[in-house]
Amino acid sequence: MERQREQGRYKTFVRRTVLVGGAQTALLSILVGRLYYLQVVRSEQYRMLADENRISLRLLAPPRGFILDRNGDTLAGNSQNYRILLVPEQTKTPGMTTKQSVDRTLQDLAKVIPLADYERQRILREVGRKREFLPITVAENVTWEDFSRINVNAPDLPGIVPDVGETRNYPLGPTLAHVVGYVAAVADGDVIDDPVLELPGFKIGRAGIERSSDLMLRGKAGTSHVEVNAHGRVIRELDRLEGRQGQDVFLTIDGPLQQFVTDRLGAEAASAVVMDVVTGDILAMASTPSFDPINFTYGLSKDQWDALVTNQRKPLINKAVSGQYPPGSTFKPMVALAALESNVVGSDHKVFCPGQMELGDRIFHCWKKGGHGNLDMAGALEQSCDVYFYDIARRIGIDRIAEMAKRFGLGTAPNLGLGTERPGLIPTREWKQSKLGQSWQAGETLIAGIGQGFITATPLQLARMCAQLANGGKQVTPRLVLPPDDDGRVGTPTLDTADQAKPLVLPQNLAVVHEGMFRVVNSSRGTAYAARIVQKGLEMAGKSGTSQVKGITLAEREEGLPNINNVPWEEREHAVFIAFAPVGNPRYAIAVLVEHGGGGSSVSGPIARDVLREVQRRDPARKGRKQLAGDNPPGARG
Amino acid sequence: MSLELSSSRLSKVELSFGQKVASLNWGLIILICGTVGFGIAVLYSLAEGSTSTWVQQQSIRFAIGFTLMIAIALIDVRFWLRVAYIAYGFAIVALLAVEAAGIIGKGAQRWVDIGIITFQPSELMKIALVMALARFFHEHTLEEAQKVRTLAVPALLILVPAALVLQQPDLGTAAMLLLVGGAILLLVGVKLRWFALLIALGAGALPFGWNFLHDYQKDRILTFMDPERDPLGAGYHILQSKIALGSGGVFGRGYMEGTQSHLNFLPEMQTDFIFTTLAEEFGLVGALVLIGLYVLLIAYGAAIALRSRNHFGRILAAGITSMFFCYVFINIAMVTGVLPVVGVPLPLISYGGTALVTLMCGFGLVISVYVHRDIRIPRRPGGPVA
Repeated sequence: MERQREQGRYKTFVRRTVLVGGAQTALLSILVGRLYYLQVVRSEQYRMLADENRISLRLLAPPRGFILDRNGDTLAGNSQNYRILLVPEQTKTPGMTTKQSVDRTLQDLAKVIPLADYERQRILREVGRKREFLPITVAENVTWEDFSRINVNAPDLPGIVPDVGETRNYPLGPTLAHVVGYVAAVADGDVIDDPVLELPGFKIGRAGIERSSDLMLRGKAGTSHVEVNAHGRVIRELDRLEGRQGQDVFLTIDGPLQQFVTDRLGAEAASAVVMDVVTGDILAMASTPSFDPINFTYGLSKDQWDALVTNQRKPLINKAVSGQYPPGSTFKPMVALAALESNVVGSDHKVFCPGQMELGDRIFHCWKKGGHGNLDMAGALEQSCDVYFYDIARRIGIDRIAEMAKRFGLGTAPNLGLGTERPGLIPTREWKQSKLGQSWQAGETLIAGIGQGFITATPLQLARMCAQLANGGKQVTPRLVLPPDDDGRVGTPTLDTADQAKPLVLPQNLAVVHEGMFRVVNSSRGTAYAARIVQKGLEMAGKSGTSQVKGITLAEREEGLPNINNVPWEEREHAVFIAFAPVGNPRYAIAVLVEHGGGGSSVSGPIARDVLREVQRRDPARKGRKQLAGDNPPGARG
Repeated sequence: MSLELSSSRLSKVELSFGQKVASLNWGLIILICGTVGFGIAVLYSLAEGSTSTWVQQQSIRFAIGFTLMIAIALIDVRFWLRVAYIAYGFAIVALLAVEAAGIIGKGAQRWVDIGIITFQPSELMKIALVMALARFFHEHTLEEAQKVRTLAVPALLILVPAALVLQQPDLGTAAMLLLVGGAILLLVGVKLRWFALLIALGAGALPFGWNFLHDYQKDRILTFMDPERDPLGAGYHILQSKIALGSGGVFGRGYMEGTQSHLNFLPEMQTDFIFTTLAEEFGLVGALVLIGLYVLLIAYGAAIALRSRNHFGRILAAGITSMFFCYVFINIAMVTGVLPVVGVPLPLISYGGTALVTLMCGFGLVISVYVHRDIRIPRRPGGPVA
């Protein structure tokens, strides 16, 4: 009985074991099928997903190209930037939250280097936002002393990582800030045309050459494939494709001359442009006061910014290209040439100057109260007689004057690639009618004849005009960036680019202007005799100009002109001067403008003289000759 | 104990120690050791070649498990029959203790600390349940086993611990207890129609059961239905696991070359998801080798069960083997996205002491059944032997 029972149980058990075994086999088959599906059928896809998981593409910022002067000296370069980074994860100590441990590290750090409280708050805020192994910038541009102190104390500062990054530097600082410009962080409004712009801390050109040549300077980003883990931590680099360093840009600027010019302008609100009359190279272009471009790289504080913006001497404006001033008497060569070229008068045309000229019911004064007496054209230029130019301006009319001015490049903006070049203004009848809806008045022609009234020009335009007067009337295009040479190399300074173009004016007419401009400086009756260069072979020719900012009232004229020191700064006249040298074979031209400086010959003339002497002294063709030290001629008077 | 013995091998009631050792199932033991060794090799790879991370610990646990396994195997299977209910009772008390501690400690608690070691009562319960059911059906005839009235006791034996474990909450173990219990009921000959009825009832109860689940459990099930539902949240594990498996391909990425696991894309890579790592580095081939080892182990277990001359031994060996199968199936199905994520380790491979030691103790019982295969045990103490 019991045996049968046992047999029954056993048989059932065997049957059921087979059943369960079959079910288990079926279930395992499902798993094997599933594995086949995942590992064979869809393996490719999952392999790709796995690679996407682990491989991440990182951009490597390319080193920015240098900006160099014509001698190959650095105007904008890269230097090492000592930074202090903090990796929150590495500050960790048992029993503390990350924030607490970071705060403790920062407190320890504050004992080693100064660390403002608001900086500490900023860092602690960032700790919450970023993943713990990503470095946070604690300080940039740390001094070498602080940097080494941190390095020494590093073992006691867990999580603090001293790091060397790259930053832009400007050896000439404010001296050339307006030309070179500056770099700053990419802003929200910028067009992101290059993924490299999205790199944190990447800087792009914001002003000047840094901005206009940004694409060249920027270079091409390299790439690096890195393997990352699930938290984004980099495990290792798989491969690296080096980027292309940004190209260097050579400027026509002569660094030491630029420094000289800037120093010479001193504290004035002034501008000077020195140009090679043959090549059009801008050898120096100064605008004072200036600013330090490095401040813009890491952002200005509000106080710094306000100080720059509210300064009435406008340090942010490049006066050389953006400042539009009445050229005053420096415009007179244009009027003279307009008269000669139109054959209305000859160079022997004489005018008697009694000190004033009447036109209708208005009286137009000469700057010299008693008058100049009888003058021919060269003499009128020499003594800058206003009445003479009232006379010939009245004879030829505004449109001929305007035509000549435009021929010399006034009234249109020269393109140096800075983006801030202004055109000035050369008025015509048509212009006045269309812009102001008024017809041209004869008196306005007279005013235009002495470079006042509607006429404005920038110092750059005046320098170019002067260069074209100096080089025999040939058109030159001012340039700031040296073009690549035949080998495709950028910026090998070349001096002679012989201009075969047809002169702008007849040589005999130009000779009259040359004669006048020579006498301005070198004749004892000339307005700028005191600003002459006495060294043989270096003599300059020039033209002074004093442009009124405010009309002179009849009452003032009768009382006699007030002493300049009694006039408020912003009401004083602008002092303008154009000059070229050497007179025998002109090579260099200059325009100097001192805002509210007073007389052109007394304020701007000596500056022009000193600069022209310096530029000739530095002339590579003259190297080896005896040093020309500054033995200035006696006291000046315009 | 008076036993009637017929065959020559059974001429002695008691086996000597030497005889027992000689009759140990060395094939099964070697298979177990080989599988654990495979697991330790995978852990070595995961630890980037470090032995201190996981390998040492796991080896020590294996040594403990091995010793226990052999010791259990050498103890007379009748002893295990005798203590079956006691062990079950102890396991229930321990589960209740954990439950009480959980209420006091406000949170999930699965561990009991008894001074020198901590252990999970739910693990003990897996073995104890098999033992208790084996004893119950050993003591009942087939006719009795097919009566509903008789089945009330085993039903309670299964459901009470399952409910307690579900409270912890440990969905994986609860499912294991139900499945193992169900498998034993199936093996002892409970009528198939009752299973059909049970399955129907279970399906009907599902919507009500849903409300008892924790949010994370609901999340896992929803994610299982639609893994792309939340690829960075609940679906992350299974998605990354599938990527790892799939990228392994047929031959794998090579030992210590799995990117998904080495770069921490895989969660729980050394415990519940270790199969993924293995399949990533060794490919389909490696996965099939492991499954092959498991099939051999299960086949051994089944053969031992069929070979036993006592019903207790049969049920015990088959029950333990079914439990082992449940581990294998649930874990692999989970990491390949066939089942929702429940916390069931890969047997003999996953890092972790409790499951390893429990499983090896289970195999100790299976070997004990083998060693004492020819001993006939009366249905009731002192009753006639078949």
